[in-house]
Amino acid sequence: MDLTTTYLGMKLKNPLVMSACGPLSEEIGNLRRAEDAGAGAVVLYSLFEEQLRHDTHELHYRLEQGTNSFAEALSYFPEPAQFHLGPEGYLKHIQQAKAAVKIPVVASLNGCSLGGWTDFAKKIEKAGADALELNIYYIPTDLTLSGAEVEQTYVDILKAVKAVVKIPVAVKLSARFSNIANMAKRLDSAGANGLVMFNRFYQPDIDLDALEVKPRVLLSTPHAMRLPLRWIAILHGRVQASLAATSGIHTGHDVLKMLMAGANVTMLCSALLKHGIDHLRAVEQEMRQWMEEHEYESVKQMQGSMSQIHCADPSAFERAQYMRAITTYKAA
Amino acid sequence: MTKRQFITMDGNEAVAYVAYRVNEVIAIYPITPSSPMGEWADQWASEDCLNIWGTRPAVMEMQSEGGAAGAVHGALQTGSLTTTFTASQGLLLMIPNMYKIAGELTPAVFHIAARSLAAQGLSIFGDHQDVMAARQTGWAMLCSNNVQEAMDFALIAQAASLESRIPFLHFFDGFRTSHEVAKIEVLAEDDLRAMIDDNLVLAHRARALSPDRPVLRGTAQNPDVYFQARETVNPFYAKCPDIVQAQMDKFAKIVGRQYRLYEYHGAPDAEHVIVMMGSGCEAAHETVDFLKGKVGLLKVRLYRPFDMPRFVAALPASVKQITVLDRTKEPGSAGEPLYQDVVTALAEAGKSIKVLGGRYGLSSKEFTPAMVKAVFENKTKNHFTVGIHDDVTHTSLAFDEKFSTEPAQVVRAVFYGLGSDGTVGANKNSIKIIGENTDNYAQGYFVYDSKKSGSMTVSHLRFGPQPIRSTYLVSQANFVACHQPIFLERYDVLKEAIPGGVFLLNSAYSAAEVWQHLPRATQRQLIEKKLKFYTIDAVKVARDSGMGGRINTVMQVCFFAISGVLPKAEAIEAIKYSIKKTYGKKGDEIVQMNLKAVDNTLAHLHKVPVPAAVDATADLLAPVSDEAPDFVRNVLGEIIAARGDSLPVSKMPIDGTFPTNTARWEKRNIALDIPVWDPATCIQCAKCAMVCPHGTIRTKVYEPAVLTGAPATFKSCEARDRDWKPLGLKFTIQVAAEDCTGCGLCVDVCPAKNKTQTKLKAINMAPQAPLRDAERENWDFFLNLPEMDRRKLKVGSIPQQQMQQPLFEFSGACAGCGETPYLKLVSQLFGDRMIVANATGCSSIYGGNLPTTPWAQNKDGRGPAWCNSLFEDNAEFGLGFRLSVDKQTEFAQELLKKHAAVVGDDLVTAILNADQKDEAGIYDQRERVAALKQKLTTPETRQLLAVADLLVKKSVWIIGGDGWAYDIGFGGLDHVLASGRNVNILVLDTEVYSNTGGQCSKSTPRGAIAKFAAGGKPVGKKDLGLIAMSYGHVYVGSVAMGARDEHTLRTFLEAESYDGPSLIIAYSHCIAHGINMTTAMQNQKAAVNSGQWLLYRYDPRRSATGENPFQFDSRPPTKKVSEFLLMENRFKMLTKSKPEDAKILFDMAQDDVEARYRLYEYLASRKTKPDAAAVAGAAAQPPTTTVTA
Repeated sequence: MDLTTTYLGMKLKNPLVMSACGPLSEEIGNLRRAEDAGAGAVVLYSLFEEQLRHDTHELHYRLEQGTNSFAEALSYFPEPAQFHLGPEGYLKHIQQAKAAVKIPVVASLNGCSLGGWTDFAKKIEKAGADALELNIYYIPTDLTLSGAEVEQTYVDILKAVKAVVKIPVAVKLSARFSNIANMAKRLDSAGANGLVMFNRFYQPDIDLDALEVKPRVLLSTPHAMRLPLRWIAILHGRVQASLAATSGIHTGHDVLKMLMAGANVTMLCSALLKHGIDHLRAVEQEMRQWMEEHEYESVKQMQGSMSQIHCADPSAFERAQYMRAITTYKAA
Repeated sequence: MTKRQFITMDGNEAVAYVAYRVNEVIAIYPITPSSPMGEWADQWASEDCLNIWGTRPAVMEMQSEGGAAGAVHGALQTGSLTTTFTASQGLLLMIPNMYKIAGELTPAVFHIAARSLAAQGLSIFGDHQDVMAARQTGWAMLCSNNVQEAMDFALIAQAASLESRIPFLHFFDGFRTSHEVAKIEVLAEDDLRAMIDDNLVLAHRARALSPDRPVLRGTAQNPDVYFQARETVNPFYAKCPDIVQAQMDKFAKIVGRQYRLYEYHGAPDAEHVIVMMGSGCEAAHETVDFLKGKVGLLKVRLYRPFDMPRFVAALPASVKQITVLDRTKEPGSAGEPLYQDVVTALAEAGKSIKVLGGRYGLSSKEFTPAMVKAVFENKTKNHFTVGIHDDVTHTSLAFDEKFSTEPAQVVRAVFYGLGSDGTVGANKNSIKIIGENTDNYAQGYFVYDSKKSGSMTVSHLRFGPQPIRSTYLVSQANFVACHQPIFLERYDVLKEAIPGGVFLLNSAYSAAEVWQHLPRATQRQLIEKKLKFYTIDAVKVARDSGMGGRINTVMQVCFFAISGVLPKAEAIEAIKYSIKKTYGKKGDEIVQMNLKAVDNTLAHLHKVPVPAAVDATADLLAPVSDEAPDFVRNVLGEIIAARGDSLPVSKMPIDGTFPTNTARWEKRNIALDIPVWDPATCIQCAKCAMVCPHGTIRTKVYEPAVLTGAPATFKSCEARDRDWKPLGLKFTIQVAAEDCTGCGLCVDVCPAKNKTQTKLKAINMAPQAPLRDAERENWDFFLNLPEMDRRKLKVGSIPQQQMQQPLFEFSGACAGCGETPYLKLVSQLFGDRMIVANATGCSSIYGGNLPTTPWAQNKDGRGPAWCNSLFEDNAEFGLGFRLSVDKQTEFAQELLKKHAAVVGDDLVTAILNADQKDEAGIYDQRERVAALKQKLTTPETRQLLAVADLLVKKSVWIIGGDGWAYDIGFGGLDHVLASGRNVNILVLDTEVYSNTGGQCSKSTPRGAIAKFAAGGKPVGKKDLGLIAMSYGHVYVGSVAMGARDEHTLRTFLEAESYDGPSLIIAYSHCIAHGINMTTAMQNQKAAVNSGQWLLYRYDPRRSATGENPFQFDSRPPTKKVSEFLLMENRFKMLTKSKPEDAKILFDMAQDDVEARYRLYEYLASRKTKPDAAAVAGAAAQPPTTTVTA
């Protein structure tokens, strides 16, 4: 049975990718575990430019705090000859990851300035990453900022990065665009080698005891896959870029659905956090079993088979479906 | 030819530079002002810097200077070139070993930043009392007078010691030389190599103890031979001066600077010569040049061995009078030591020359050319003082304060800044720029405040074409800058400005408006001195450039732009270059931010036209209120107003005794924002009052009737407490607006949220200035509301307990200090009956640094009695209190029985059997003792009258930091714990030597970066509590107020009630942790929630009833240690400096926590049987207070 697929121009042994789920990809040992469990590729956690800047300012402030104020304590810390304030740690992580596993290693970047995006992208490429995922994590809160401007920001970042690196570049995009298909098309035209659908933003919660807003992390649930499923199905065959499905993929059946919708790869995070990295084996096993039972020979056979272009009822992926769902729903 | 660089550095760095390179083992311990030498050594070692033999010296922090001396002795005995750095009490602790090292003829050099000794008071500043106290040890003593000499002599001393086998004390003046930043020619490594003879090093090695060629040293000798053996060393001392001079000559050949053991400067036909040592020589040298009369100066460089013939020979033949100046005091002596040596030398040489002796410069007292001139003019007064006004024994010489020798070609600048605004750092940078980019010599000296929060700094800078010898503050300034306009209200900042000079003011007012906001004194001097006046809104420029409140770069640019010390464009380029160099390693962000500030500055710098007439109405504010007591007004007020130098001897207490309750008069107004209470939101939990480090938030409940006459803005609401609500009492939280530091801890811990805007709490920060006048009135009204009767308070409940009056208020600790909330709590609970032994450290500084003290008194005049003995002996000192109190109490009880006939049996019985376990019991006993004293009117009962107050319970508190408890004072602490006596030991555990600037202690946790642990502390923290618990009879509590305040309160109550030794280890967040001080209580909570800090109590009383004495009050950790570690720069910084090491150490820290938690869980799970010994010994009372969780 042939599970191989292509993603960002790279041939993967299967479409199961351990996605940029922070805590798991921070340990090199986990990357090895993922490879052993059968992952086709891994995406590393994101390098956050804003975090680096914050750390720089904080370090500077804390080192200066209280200095030259009191005769006995003119400073409170020794000053090392050098600081590693840049992305060195992350770049080293890429190098270690590359040395540790044979499967492709995709780095992930979240910049906060155009210079940051391009500068760090170049460094990531130099560090040996096989590909780069742009984690454009952007919540517009400015009431005067138009959707068009937000969209343009995505395109500008992508173009700027594409102009400075040769490795394939994927964009992890938000599902909150007026017309996702159009946005996908624009990114595709701007040179995106892949579209990762979708970024899950942390949604704030309110702590009733403390009366504080708290960013409580929720793991994705299987129903979360419906959103990317729809848009991958719609985009399949209409864009050049590879399509990666992320959110809510927990089982082999989920993977199969995504592949049929048109995904080149499926990315797993919550399921691995919940069940452990070895869960990849179970997912693959379930895939294989279903494919065997249904006499599928390869992943390629099924990729896009249920996309909007190739499915029997294209309108099922359109808005009307919602209306029908309501009318056909019967209470148990 | 050897190429040497000119670099600006301070004396400590100059000395450490040499000492590090010519030694192999360095034992260190922090003490001001010598700490930076050890810090440099540790830092260089952590950076793998090599000595001249190509190896990295081993640097080891010890537990005390005594320990350092022992380690040095051992390393020397086993053949390593070894050194240490110290000062003051530290040197005193080394004396026993110094005798040994000298007696064994061991070459070594100790480098001493000479400092005062603690006598009637401690002083961190410079004089020669410490080195003079070591002059009898057999060590040679070589004195350097300025930064260049400090570097040169560090090397000459090493070379001479190796050759002579006599150990050397190389000393230089603390602060004046150790901290003066000056441009010097740095010795090249070739110079060091050339000066150190490897044959001598090998000879030292050959004398080392080795089992391969065993010898015995350190024998016990008897009356038959000790004396003779002691005399064997004489030839070595006899040769030593020749050796030193020969090394000086060799140095001159290599480097070019020629020094002499006794160096004369002045007229060849001088008739009056001053003899002295140290930095004062520089001022005297300058004055001799200026006076051009028949005067001269003899600088004593080699003080021991004192080469009398050479000394006498160095004097000009014409001399008729010699005046010897000693920077020390030996009360009761025939004269100070240098004076006596000079007299002896002349007598032995058969010279009959008039010799006068005088004292100067104690504790860095200014020594100026005016004083030198007065000394030259003095023909008769012996054993005089100069620099003070002695109106008691009339020793002092008068001097003309206006006399100045400042060379005209020297640019002199004075800058008034705030510690937090970066002024000093910028000035150090300016000195570097000028010193290293021009041919000019440069000098910087910095004067700091006695407070740790809102402290003023004054920078004194000089630049000139010749080496600068002015070792005194600038009094004739061409340029004066005031970086904080508020200083104008309180200080005469223009007093140093010379006519035609420049004045630069940072002000939020425009050039058109600023004049009308100046006080009269400032306006008058601007006009009279025809000063050129410039202003800039530096805060705005800094903020717009992303610099926050750090106006340093902005003001630095202004200085260069208008002082003319460098061409403007050249200066700006130099500043930019310097910014890149200074901040480069901190990332481009920081560099760009500063460069932006440079670019934004000039457009906002404006020249202000000076009107012809003074039109302001405001004048300088009085330092303290007119209502203050006489002593506060006339003495402490003068110190507050920076006029302490003018106070005569008669104004000073004769024995170092000062009144308490004085900080309340020093209205510092340093907070930009203060907390404002919202009664409608408040739940009256009193957490704000409890955590306030400065005692500036207080709560009171009172009868509604007393509100009559309340100021219009005074806030009040119904009391919510279930005991008070039925009584209809009113409740108020009041802020002392003028004393608050604006730290914001109170707001952070406030748990109440406004129901319509959750960003608001029951207290919220608001700008102080608009509130100041009203809140001053409210605070006064609040103080006059009656205090709650202590007997009626449930002291175990925080809202009620916080009604107790704090007797520790308005300390000068850092804003948001983590130690002071504990002290305030102790003062509330037991202040009216406590005696405090306070170890030297932060708590002794914010508790007892003049001018004022936060230790206060209640309306009856009772309050904590406080004393600081030393750093190392505090536990023993406090035990002494206990022994004394108990003895006098016992004596009083004996006398009471003896005088029962006079007193009456009932009263005697009542007093002797009094139950003083709670407030009511103590109150009743005080009443009885008052009645008793009424009856003690006869001569026979005088003794009883004198000790009658001891019949009322006294609470002895031994307080100090972790440097004391874990390190230098641990031996004593252990002994006191073992004694079983009833003392309460409070360890304010900041896990680092905070007061001396963040050096590692044995309390420092694994992975923390601290000075002396620049690479992250590799080993774990000592478990002091566990050690103490091993005795079984010690009450031990580990608390963290920010984690569980009610646990803290309960622990303090239990500890004090225990009739035996109690040890409370209190987690104290600290500015040295590199944290946000406003939210620091959250750090405490995180420390506990991660298991990094454990809460527990060990109460031996529980053994008596078969309970486990150990109660583990920490819940299982809910977060990883790394989450806590990353909240604090002390740990996080390691992830930025040594990420690989950080990972390893953080993992080990997690293991530490888990292992320790398991151990404590085990301790808590032990089943215990009633302990017969504990039962028998349990005169120990059970806890006496009601505690609610």
